[in-house]
Amino acid sequence: MSRDRRTEGSGIKLEPALKGAGLALLVAAAIAFPQVYTNPAVTNYGVFALIYVTVASAWNIFSGNSGYISLGQAVFYGSGAYALGVAAHGWNITGPEAFLLVPFAGLVGAILAVPLGLIALRVRRHTFIVITIAFFFIFQLMAYNLSFTNGTSGLNAPFLNWPAASYNTPFYYIALGLAAGTIVIAWVIRRTRFGLQLRAIRDDEDRARGLGVKAMKVKLSAFVISGALTAMIGSVWVFYIGQVQPNTGFNPLFDLTIVLMAFLGGYGSIAGAVLGAVIIEPGTLWLNAQPQFSGGALAEILLGGIFLIVVLFMPRGIIPTGGEWITQIRTRGRPAVIPATTVGAAAAPADPASAASSVGSGSTGGTR
Amino acid sequence: MAREIMQAVVDGILIGGVYALMAVGLTLIFGVLDIINIAQGVLVILGAYLSYSLSVHLHIDLFVGLLITVPAMFVIGVVIHWAFIRRLRGTERTSMTLLVTYAVALIIEGILTKIYGVSPTSLNASYTVNSVKIFGFYVTYIYIYGFILAVALVLALYALLYRTTFGRSVRATMQDETAARLVGIDVNRVAALTFGIGVAVTAVGGMVYGATNGGFNPNSGYDLISRLLAIIILGGMGSIGGALVASVFMITLESVVTVWYPVWAVAVFYGALVLVLVIRPTGFFGRKAVRAQ
Repeated sequence: MSRDRRTEGSGIKLEPALKGAGLALLVAAAIAFPQVYTNPAVTNYGVFALIYVTVASAWNIFSGNSGYISLGQAVFYGSGAYALGVAAHGWNITGPEAFLLVPFAGLVGAILAVPLGLIALRVRRHTFIVITIAFFFIFQLMAYNLSFTNGTSGLNAPFLNWPAASYNTPFYYIALGLAAGTIVIAWVIRRTRFGLQLRAIRDDEDRARGLGVKAMKVKLSAFVISGALTAMIGSVWVFYIGQVQPNTGFNPLFDLTIVLMAFLGGYGSIAGAVLGAVIIEPGTLWLNAQPQFSGGALAEILLGGIFLIVVLFMPRGIIPTGGEWITQIRTRGRPAVIPATTVGAAAAPADPASAASSVGSGSTGGTR
Repeated sequence: MAREIMQAVVDGILIGGVYALMAVGLTLIFGVLDIINIAQGVLVILGAYLSYSLSVHLHIDLFVGLLITVPAMFVIGVVIHWAFIRRLRGTERTSMTLLVTYAVALIIEGILTKIYGVSPTSLNASYTVNSVKIFGFYVTYIYIYGFILAVALVLALYALLYRTTFGRSVRATMQDETAARLVGIDVNRVAALTFGIGVAVTAVGGMVYGATNGGFNPNSGYDLISRLLAIIILGGMGSIGGALVASVFMITLESVVTVWYPVWAVAVFYGALVLVLVIRPTGFFGRKAVRAQ
């Protein structure tokens, strides 16, 4: 303990243990949440938070790693939702069996992502953003006008005759499972050669290509993974709320909200996307439930305002900027070895864990 | 049938002229500042609401009102640049400014919703209803006036860019910011003024849009910005001539498709964008340098 400040070695030994403990604590808390708070109004917040944790993490797998910002993620979310609706009607699937359609929705998302990616990923970053917006509008228009999507009134998900008191709980655990799965996939990708190639593309695509990275293949794979995961959670979402309409399934605010979540938490960081989703989604839900915020106009102003403050004052997000502040406190302003990019900060799987560890070592330093 | 198509082409060209004006503002901002101003769409709507308030509450004619709204939008543009855009630096700058301007758009949209509500509004005057017969086609006066005004302003912008010292500084900054700085151009001032000009044209675009589009609400900004982005990408980002050609081409195409398939016209609009980019990723008039960031 006493060598803690001087050598890197003990710090490295200490931190994984603390981080692991923190992570286990978080997982336990997430699992216990609907058992402790049984009120459906409260678990509803949990379900939506987890849906957005999945969505933001899936966005991060592609956009956070590759630097190509997608503003068309709702294409996959809505397509997943419609896939479940259409399939349940077409194959006469009713009741809880419809959960089996969630992987099917993922497949639909993956299949859609291939041609979309092949077109959109030919161009560079600014143009990519705009093409994803164009895709988004084409899909919303199709949802309005194709015959099997049932126009403005949209589609209903299979009805579940579960009691209202415990209706949310199964959805909570399914969303939790998908969220955990997405985070694990994101983590695995980050640790592998594939993730390195993606980040090489983000830093300098031409150089990465020159070094032998098959840029198109790598980008497309990440795009497909991200699309499939988003479509899966989209199908869970429609099952949960009961129906999808063109303007809810393909919602322009949805696209912005995900990006906002990722930037608030820390662009390109796994924990950042999760933290951003956990802060913003319940916050927005709560604001929209307040009578003085009804109509959404004030909530919109607030959302935009928070976003501006984040981008202007902590441009790299809470987790990286917070990490810098913590490092500053730890080293008391003396220069320390700080990871050059967000990669180092992002490796911290959970915010409370890293915060706890730094507070620990900070106080050790104080007593010496 | 041929008649209807001709009518659609005439409408398309006239409306395309107005889109050209809005798109030139957007592409100018991109060319000089290297940022995509997502707020451009909602700023057009803000311009339309300003004209609306002036005409309904103060009974000022829509065209006379522009003498107030254009400077007002210019000031708003300079303030947005000063408060938010100027502060952003670094490698992710383009992406960050995109998000910042999106947030600005959200805030403006929220404020407009708070003040005016979401029910559709439109701008009315005698010339938005009456029409004139030219070569056998009925054209509402506002389309003609709007087109003439748009063409005049695009020409004025062109003269500003190619015939004045300020324009020379702007073009120098577009070509190479560092070199422009080295020869003594105040790049920050050029950037602020360009952003102001790019936003000021939305006052005119907004007025004509509000008077021709049959109804707008604070949400209309999204539809508008998507079209404008498609147009400037198609024209090659940063290319003013490209923006002009692409606006007229795209809006005419949409207008013609509407004759047969009204619901799919927008899909054709975006489909054309996708198709062109598959064949030519830099757009019609794109420079290699623009693509290489």
